[in-house]
Amino acid sequence: MLTDTIAAIATASGEGSIAIIRVSGNESISFVEPLFRSTTPLSLAQSHTIHYGHIVDGGVVVEEVLISVMRAPRTFTRENIVEINCHGGTVAAQNILKLLLARGVRLAEPGEFTKRAFLNGRIDLSQAEAVIDLIRAKSDRAFKIAMRQSTGVLSDQIRNIRNQLLQLIAHLEVNIDYPEHDTPDLTNRHICEQCGGVAEHISHLIRDASRGKMLREGIVTAIVGRPNVGKSSLLNALVKENRAIVTDIPGTTRDIIEEYIVLNGIPLKLLDTAGIRETTDLVEQIGVEKSREAIEAADLILFVLNNNQELIQEELELLASANQKPVIICVNKTDLQTNIDLVKLQSVLSNQQQIVLLSVKGNIGFHELEQAIADLFFEGSIEADDLTYVSNVRHIHLLEQSIQALNDAIEATEVGMPIDIIQLDIRNAWELLGLIIGESVGESLLDQIFSQFCLGK
Amino acid sequence: MTYMAGQFDVIVVGAGHAGVEAALASARMGCTTLCLTINLDMVAFMPCNPSIGGPAKGHVVREIDALGGEMGRNIDKTYIQMRMLNTGKGPAVHALRAQADKFLYQHEMKKTLEQTPNLSLRQGMVEELIIENDQCVGVRVKTGAEYRAKAVVLTTGTYLRGKIILGELIYESGPNNQQTSIKLAEHLKELGFDLVRFKTGTPPRVHRDTIDFNKMDIQPGDDNPKFFSYETNEEVPNQIPCWLTYTSEVTHEIINGNLHRAPMFSGAIEGTGPRYCPSIEDKIVRFADKPKHQIFLEPEGRNTLEYYVQGLSTSMPEEVQLNILRSIPGMEQVEMMRAGYAIEYDAIVPTQLRPTLETKRLPGLFTAGQINGTSGYEEAAGQGVMAGINAALKVLGKEPLVLDRDQGYIGVLIDDLVTKGTSEPYRLLTSRAEYRLLLRHDNADLRLTPIGHTVGLISNNRYAAFEEKKQLVENEQVRLRTTKVRPEPHVQHILEEAGSVLLNNAVDLLSLLRRPEISYQHIERMAASPVLLSDEVKEQVEIQVKYSGYIEKQLQLVDRMKKMENKKIPVDINYNEIHGIATEAKQKLSQIMPLSIGQASRIPGVTPSDISILLVYIEHYNQVTAARHAAANS
Repeated sequence: MLTDTIAAIATASGEGSIAIIRVSGNESISFVEPLFRSTTPLSLAQSHTIHYGHIVDGGVVVEEVLISVMRAPRTFTRENIVEINCHGGTVAAQNILKLLLARGVRLAEPGEFTKRAFLNGRIDLSQAEAVIDLIRAKSDRAFKIAMRQSTGVLSDQIRNIRNQLLQLIAHLEVNIDYPEHDTPDLTNRHICEQCGGVAEHISHLIRDASRGKMLREGIVTAIVGRPNVGKSSLLNALVKENRAIVTDIPGTTRDIIEEYIVLNGIPLKLLDTAGIRETTDLVEQIGVEKSREAIEAADLILFVLNNNQELIQEELELLASANQKPVIICVNKTDLQTNIDLVKLQSVLSNQQQIVLLSVKGNIGFHELEQAIADLFFEGSIEADDLTYVSNVRHIHLLEQSIQALNDAIEATEVGMPIDIIQLDIRNAWELLGLIIGESVGESLLDQIFSQFCLGK
Repeated sequence: MTYMAGQFDVIVVGAGHAGVEAALASARMGCTTLCLTINLDMVAFMPCNPSIGGPAKGHVVREIDALGGEMGRNIDKTYIQMRMLNTGKGPAVHALRAQADKFLYQHEMKKTLEQTPNLSLRQGMVEELIIENDQCVGVRVKTGAEYRAKAVVLTTGTYLRGKIILGELIYESGPNNQQTSIKLAEHLKELGFDLVRFKTGTPPRVHRDTIDFNKMDIQPGDDNPKFFSYETNEEVPNQIPCWLTYTSEVTHEIINGNLHRAPMFSGAIEGTGPRYCPSIEDKIVRFADKPKHQIFLEPEGRNTLEYYVQGLSTSMPEEVQLNILRSIPGMEQVEMMRAGYAIEYDAIVPTQLRPTLETKRLPGLFTAGQINGTSGYEEAAGQGVMAGINAALKVLGKEPLVLDRDQGYIGVLIDDLVTKGTSEPYRLLTSRAEYRLLLRHDNADLRLTPIGHTVGLISNNRYAAFEEKKQLVENEQVRLRTTKVRPEPHVQHILEEAGSVLLNNAVDLLSLLRRPEISYQHIERMAASPVLLSDEVKEQVEIQVKYSGYIEKQLQLVDRMKKMENKKIPVDINYNEIHGIATEAKQKLSQIMPLSIGQASRIPGVTPSDISILLVYIEHYNQVTAARHAAANS
């Protein structure tokens, strides 16, 4: 436990320009090496040097990174340390962390780097109490986060899954510990079906995880278009009806103002390019370049056109630059005469893109717009109270491991392993899931055995 | 009037399954030992079922034998039926179970005690401990006799303030109407021990000649019985079968119609009963949907016609018990010889013990068996052998012996008791062991015989035989790894017969044996060992090879646990001084006094962050202590 290799994202969460994943342990270099493509292999790297290269996953480049190698003992933890510098934001760092965990690196506990630094004699004795405080504080925060997790939809689902596994395990245990009891032995087919069903259920949870992240942080939405097409009135209308939080940061460059809104239970983070709600003079300053940047950054683009005006070349170019993104064309001002060539417009759209006819002024078409957004992301099936999803790397990792354990159980069953061997894998899956919601083994198995079966002499 | 009656190294109070093992272990390790019992005719008595073994319990018997204890040898001499259970499952859960001739079992055990050098077996009811300088230094018997010793082991079973409940009839009694021990219970309370009230029960016994076995299914023993002891090589002839029948609808009606008279439900019973050993009335109330329950009829011995009615533990009034019995197919005319009853007794809260089974409150005092809140002969005997060993080691001035959870079910049992305590009489189940695959019936000797030899309970001869077996197992694995077979007709034929994939190239025997459908017998037919190997050696090789992947996985887990287990906690640590540990954890840690970080982490209510902080604190503590020593020496 104390000498294994651990990793964690060392930078604060949020939008920094770089993020650092720290890996510590005597095998840290050999864990990172196979993931890193560069001119010098990491194992040959000198201590305290930095290396440019790419993180690869099965030959596919995942991230462009700089990696520092620091060999024991002149390091923070007095163990070999590898620090991976990647692009900021949570996604890149989490992807890399995920790859490390999949290779068998353990996610560091709160304060564990500091703890190791202390246990390995790197930190002075007088700092022992400070270390304790740090562990306490970090654990408390982790605990609070876990508590929040443990009351949501996710934990209910995991509890259900675990309960299903627990019943299966209890039955197997009764077959083992009470061989003469009249509880029939479970058939291999039943075991495989149960394990397969549970694994399937967990896969769904993981699939939901990516959209869960989107929901947690909001779908980044850019409103783009020529001046005077009604962008600001669309934004104001959306915000007015649906405002959730305003994270206006005064005194900054005002390059980006974010508005959080919730549409039918879907949180949107509206990216407002500079001064979109300011005077018309400023609106005129927004060039095509600015719009391109907004398109680049967004998960969803609301492309506003004027029903009353013909399409211009600039608009078509801008639209073409967004053809890899989900775009909803908001044809505004439908209360005015139609001068736009909708047939031509339709012909240049990709199948991710659709048209909604709108009149912001007349309050027409908002329902259609909301439905279009929902359709795009969730096949129109999103439920408003379905908002707790698996989101962090640790959870996804545990879920993946539990699927692996269940698949092992199925494989063991198929090759004819005895039930007490199969049970090892099923129990492992059950314990891994327990780690997500902070429930450990304890007495619950015995409780289950004796409440589910009538046993005794 | 008191008088000085003798001086010993170790005194064992009680001669049940825990007491006899403790006394034998201590005496065999060279300590003069006194074993005191209320009634000399009750040595190693089985007050409940006439059987020993089964999953987890059988494993314990095997471990007792591997350590040099007596239970395995004794049951091998006195069984009337032997069965290996779970043979269709994996090797880790194969479990031997014997029906005992309970009278012969007692006689044999008593004879062994009487013949053991250094061991004095005497009748006497202990009423008080003798305490000097906060140490337990002897016992005082009801007759006034005072015995002195360096260590005392209490194995009082269900005798402490025992109370029998049989319908409306309630009276003070030990098991089977033996004298109960009241003064000793009160004395322990006065000494400040925390006691709990537990309950257990036993079914009625019936006369064989009034049973109609034609209406029941026969449950015979194995044709080629295995043994508990590694030393046994001779079987007992003429096994006697058990019989299986079921409760009927009428049985359930009778019980439901008399629930108002059931002490279980009327409030007459205050003790906590075990969930795994419910009375028949409890089963019928809690599992109302179950139309019938199994009833096994088991002979109590060869020289008696009394049969034990397994599955019918009850404290209903006597006449209701008879009606219940007669409602069961095959028992319509049955004569009940003794009624079942429930018994309540005092046990000490086992978290008051160290992992050596010595009490924290009173150095020199050890406890083992049902007094520690367990249930079952095997659980008692397992603790007995450990308490006896540790009492003797203490007298001899040697390091104590604590078994880890990966070394044996005995280790699991004791660690659970002293670390977590128990809210009901504790029974071992294989599911309580995290490393079940390592704790097998077949490898108890590999796990524990070296330890038994070190402490002096395994003779040099037996140890040499063990070493030889171990060597043969290793050599045979090397041979399998280095011997290849080619795709020759006789090899292909054997593979085809086993339903296995045929060979294209030469392959080593080890790889072939790993195939689930290939057994050691197949391998033997392909290329037999040049050395003659016993069945035990072959079995060991097959298991180690076949399950090596899974065994390896468990060994990795054990490795991780050992690192935590090896982080020892200083004995004089003051948890209240540790800033940052949660209050609940401080209380638990102060009470349990764990020996290691590993043990600390298993205490309910102690969180991973408490453990992290404790680790940091201990490191700090050790550094400060080391600095202080250095300063003192300079």
